[in-house]
Amino acid sequence: MTRIELTVDGDRVSDDVEPRMLLVQYLREKLGKTGTVIGCDTSNCGACTVHLDGRSVKSCNVLAVQANGRTVTTIEGLAATAEGDLHPVQESFRECHGLQCGFCTPGMIMQAVDLLAEKPSPTEEEVRLGMEGNLCRCTGYHNIVKSVLHAASSTSGGEQA
Amino acid sequence: MIPVKFDYLAPSSVEEALAALGEHGDDAKIIAGGQSLLPVLRMRLNAPEVLIDLGGIDSLRGVRDDGDALVIGAMTTHHDVRDDPLVKEHALLLSKAAAEVADAQIRHRGTFGGALAHADPAGDLGAPALALGARFVIAGPGGTRTVEAADFFVDLFETAIGEDEILTEVRVPKHTGWGAHYEKFVRVAHQWPIVAVAATVRGSIDEARIGLTNMGSTPLRATATEAALAGASATEDGVRDAAALAAEGTAPPTDLNGAADYRQHLARVLTGRAVLKAAGA
Amino acid sequence: MTATQDRPAAEIGRDRRRKEDQRLITGRTRWTDNITLPGMLHLAMVRSPFAHADITSIDVSEAEAAPNVVAVLTGKDFGEELGVCINAWPITPDQKTPTHSPMPADRVAFAGEVVAVVVARSAAEARDAAELVDVDYAERPAVLGIKNALEDSILAHPDLGTNKSALWVFDSAEAGTGGDVEAAIEQARTDGILIEREYRQQRLIPAFMEPRSVVVDPTGEQITMWTATQVPHIVRFALAATTGVPESKIRVIAPDVGGGFGGKLQTTPEEWITWAVARRLGKPAKYTETRSESLMAGHHGRDQVQTLTLAADRDGNVTGFKVHLDADLGAYVALVGGGVPVLGAFMFNAIYKFPSYRFECQTVLTNSTWTDAYRGAGRPEATYAVERMMDELAAEVGVDPLEIRERNWITHEEFPFTTVAGLEYDSGNYEAATARAREVFGYDALRAEQRERRERGDRVQLGIGVSTFTEMCGLAPSRVLGSLDYGAGGWEHASVRMTPLGKVEVVTGTSAHGQGHETAFSQIVADLLGVPFEDVEVLHGDTQVAPKGLDTYGSRSLVVGGEALVRAADKVVEKAKVLAAHLLEASADDLEYAGGRFTVRGTDQGLAIQELATATFAGHNYPDGMELSLDADATYDPVNFNYPHGTHLCAMEVDTETGAVRMRKYTCCDDIGVIINPLIVAGQVHGGLVQGIAQALWEEAVHDESGTLVSGSFVDYLLPTSADTISFDVVHTDQPSVCTTNTLGTKGVGEAGTIASTPAVVNAVVDAVRHLGVDDIQMPCTPERVWRAIHAHDGDAPTPEAAMPHFDEGAPNQDEGAGQ
Repeated sequence: MTRIELTVDGDRVSDDVEPRMLLVQYLREKLGKTGTVIGCDTSNCGACTVHLDGRSVKSCNVLAVQANGRTVTTIEGLAATAEGDLHPVQESFRECHGLQCGFCTPGMIMQAVDLLAEKPSPTEEEVRLGMEGNLCRCTGYHNIVKSVLHAASSTSGGEQA
Repeated sequence: MIPVKFDYLAPSSVEEALAALGEHGDDAKIIAGGQSLLPVLRMRLNAPEVLIDLGGIDSLRGVRDDGDALVIGAMTTHHDVRDDPLVKEHALLLSKAAAEVADAQIRHRGTFGGALAHADPAGDLGAPALALGARFVIAGPGGTRTVEAADFFVDLFETAIGEDEILTEVRVPKHTGWGAHYEKFVRVAHQWPIVAVAATVRGSIDEARIGLTNMGSTPLRATATEAALAGASATEDGVRDAAALAAEGTAPPTDLNGAADYRQHLARVLTGRAVLKAAGA
Repeated sequence: MTATQDRPAAEIGRDRRRKEDQRLITGRTRWTDNITLPGMLHLAMVRSPFAHADITSIDVSEAEAAPNVVAVLTGKDFGEELGVCINAWPITPDQKTPTHSPMPADRVAFAGEVVAVVVARSAAEARDAAELVDVDYAERPAVLGIKNALEDSILAHPDLGTNKSALWVFDSAEAGTGGDVEAAIEQARTDGILIEREYRQQRLIPAFMEPRSVVVDPTGEQITMWTATQVPHIVRFALAATTGVPESKIRVIAPDVGGGFGGKLQTTPEEWITWAVARRLGKPAKYTETRSESLMAGHHGRDQVQTLTLAADRDGNVTGFKVHLDADLGAYVALVGGGVPVLGAFMFNAIYKFPSYRFECQTVLTNSTWTDAYRGAGRPEATYAVERMMDELAAEVGVDPLEIRERNWITHEEFPFTTVAGLEYDSGNYEAATARAREVFGYDALRAEQRERRERGDRVQLGIGVSTFTEMCGLAPSRVLGSLDYGAGGWEHASVRMTPLGKVEVVTGTSAHGQGHETAFSQIVADLLGVPFEDVEVLHGDTQVAPKGLDTYGSRSLVVGGEALVRAADKVVEKAKVLAAHLLEASADDLEYAGGRFTVRGTDQGLAIQELATATFAGHNYPDGMELSLDADATYDPVNFNYPHGTHLCAMEVDTETGAVRMRKYTCCDDIGVIINPLIVAGQVHGGLVQGIAQALWEEAVHDESGTLVSGSFVDYLLPTSADTISFDVVHTDQPSVCTTNTLGTKGVGEAGTIASTPAVVNAVVDAVRHLGVDDIQMPCTPERVWRAIHAHDGDAPTPEAAMPHFDEGAPNQDEGAGQ
């Protein structure tokens, strides 16, 4: 067991974890942050995307011990980083019907926030390329892309968490 | 989805890391960005007893100007390599190739040195490093040594790095003002390249350097094409004959994404395209 | 606002944002894997690496001794309480159906089959110990691929004596629905056009994003199972039928479910094993699969070889269509199993007036992952076959593909139309959908560009693909299912409950997993009862809350479940009317009902349905003989399928140097009758399109010759990303062809995009290079296949005559790898 201390969604947390525990497992099993989900075992799907020190990462591809001393933001803490009840990207996904079953959605939203932080006014092609690490099986991506573009145009870019 | 149990060490210096490596030997595995290693551990295809994380060694991160070469720290992320102004100015090909590695999330974690040390023949950075004549600085118990790119890649997932050594930085000769393009051929965007061509050219065309991805067990240099391109004009007709030589000496794999002969065909076509794009044609 | 004063705007047809989304976009979700119960145990499966082998011994001692392991159980440790996995649709009386134990004790029949389960206090410890289970196998030869299976030299299940499971036949001459197809073929051979093709429907994997997960809690009076399923009611039925627990003691909950696409229309070994373990140990137990396990052991879809013969006269009027399918069931006959290709039997004639038709389907067993429903289930395969053949016919006759279709389709004046397959299409307008799609697509301009590129010999060629699809959906009239020997009905159930303060609870037997039922059903009820959209709560997916239902698949939820809901709501209004008349001291005949309000004709006296709900709750004043409740339920059995249709047009660019293809434009005009929520409809179409496009271009499940799934992770099973797809033009006709067999006038849309898009894409790819001598490219149309197709005709090789009969010589005309 290794002791780790980190900040997750604004809260300081501290736990003893096995070094083999993945960050996503730590979030789900130790912290009950089940908003972040596991969709694959090869890091292709991006469903587990969170922000580590402000940049998007796949939390299945980070060990919990590697997050020691760092700051993690998940879908559950995202709204608190913006004004209002929802982050503008969350709002945009609802407005543009950017989700159906919703399983990929937390990862999609977290990646979209990162993308817009880097490119506040992306083209459709830039959005499509920027979201290439996140798989969705329901939407055909049409409305996900629309959601990200809508968020960009309505907020002049999502605020970086 | 759950790795086998291991111990975790987070040294804060290269010396500490080398000491840990010396102590645990075969049982230890270095983790850099972990973006290739962790999937392997999750699938239990590898089961090290000790993981030595280089993430806490700040000196391994960053790009610096060292006269006629750039020095890229092994722990510099793909994202940072892509965006680094020095890289864009002096080794544009690396910036272009780093932009094509996996996806944004992976590029935020994955590292330049880690990817090269992993030596996946389908990895995106080997071919450009080879084309640019990169030199690999490797630290070991007896000090550091430098290995030429041509000697660094040994075989599938095998490099010149010894079991008690660590890749610390990569020295890339400056190619200031050279045009560059990384032409990657995939069926879907999140795929490893079926074939890719890394091309960088001076003038149009005075000199060309070309690396091939996934055309053999290691990254390959298309030397015959390079020679034929010297003095060629940057037009389709001008590069055609040179590009036709690109598959010489290659031994690509056959798999679900293509047979070897198709990959060789692709290498020829993509080389022509990459050279023209690199030349700004 | 109170609804008694402000009548809500009409909800049906409105692009309401979804009610479901607030939780999903903030991560407050209830996926099965999120559920944790006190003392819960975790399961890890030990799976066979061999496709076919005898289990000679299993040594569990080391695993049992591992830390925090509670039990290690093998097939021999269970008796009948383990149950079996059922086949609900034996398609013929003599179908060969191997017994499918969730955990066989003696022999495995595909790689990935479970041979032991480890139960531990944590998932990690269960996984660690699973590695320690030592299984000895005696490997048997495995049969893989349809053509090998048909030879019967190696048997998937030796005790059955054959790999052939069932042969199902429909013949229009025998059924009296049309002429004799053999006569039409003979005629065409003499003085018409005969097109013979063999097409491969490659094996696909549904690949829902949420891996399957199941939690069983045996500690209550009812044993509760949470499971990531599309079919909680069918799971409960099958658990009761096969594990000896009375239905009344079983509660099945499908909480938030992350996609299904047919892949969660199953009763799975993993559910049954978890059920048995929890009962055996008396503790809650959870199993969540990894993606690799999901791809390997969750059921696959498609996997057919289609042998097709189309007869036509010289003008391209089709005279007969003969279809022979060989369909790979995998190792077992799954829940619907052989019924999937049979669902396509009625659709090969599509929108056309074919005078004669014959369909044969031979199902075979192999030592591969079992197959069952995947989005469209039988109908995409049928649509692909006929729409590809119509393009081949157009090429042979030398006319535009749209023209050949128009010569053969049912015109809008001809509805209702009884097809050669015996179905009655109630409504449709193929001319209108085609005209609109053609206009939005810019068909003529793209054809001009295509000509120009061909003339110029451009490296990048442009192709235009057409798919004028229809489908049968809204599964299903129960009597029809009975006539096909399906093991259940196709009805649906709904309840409407009025709460004391005037809110509405709607209970549906359908089980949404991303479709947006909560939103669409709320819109329907809001209009019927005149209550605000926000005041309707839709409850589903829990057999304790929604005890009756047949769940969600086959584009049935709105058209069957929604209709049940309409009927239940109508009953509420009828009941409320009696009370309204009493309270308003008027005759019921003098009451008018509109917008949820009863008014006395010619007065301003009135009562809203919410007020009547409150009055019912109080019970202080009501007429004699009235049951003191406004609640109602209804069961609806559809009288017919419904038949959405549409014209899909696709433009593909083909790089002739590399074989790479790129979608340039995709336009579809779907006629799906009345639309409840256009936003949700568009979403269903977009997602459906990409799944169909993915079959055309990217996805294929491949087993190697030993039966190992080569495409066993998302690294090799290629789902497209946003970077591989484009934005689509989704339009509808101005005047939809309203469904005449349900009250709402709706037709199904959940599968339409998937059914339509695959042939549109392949037709476009082939069209781009047809002038280079190509008339088919096997799916998925990989760059390599496209490149080889183009180069197969290098060096002035003669172009094979598309119309030349060749099956007689026993030689397929393409796809040499088909069935391998």
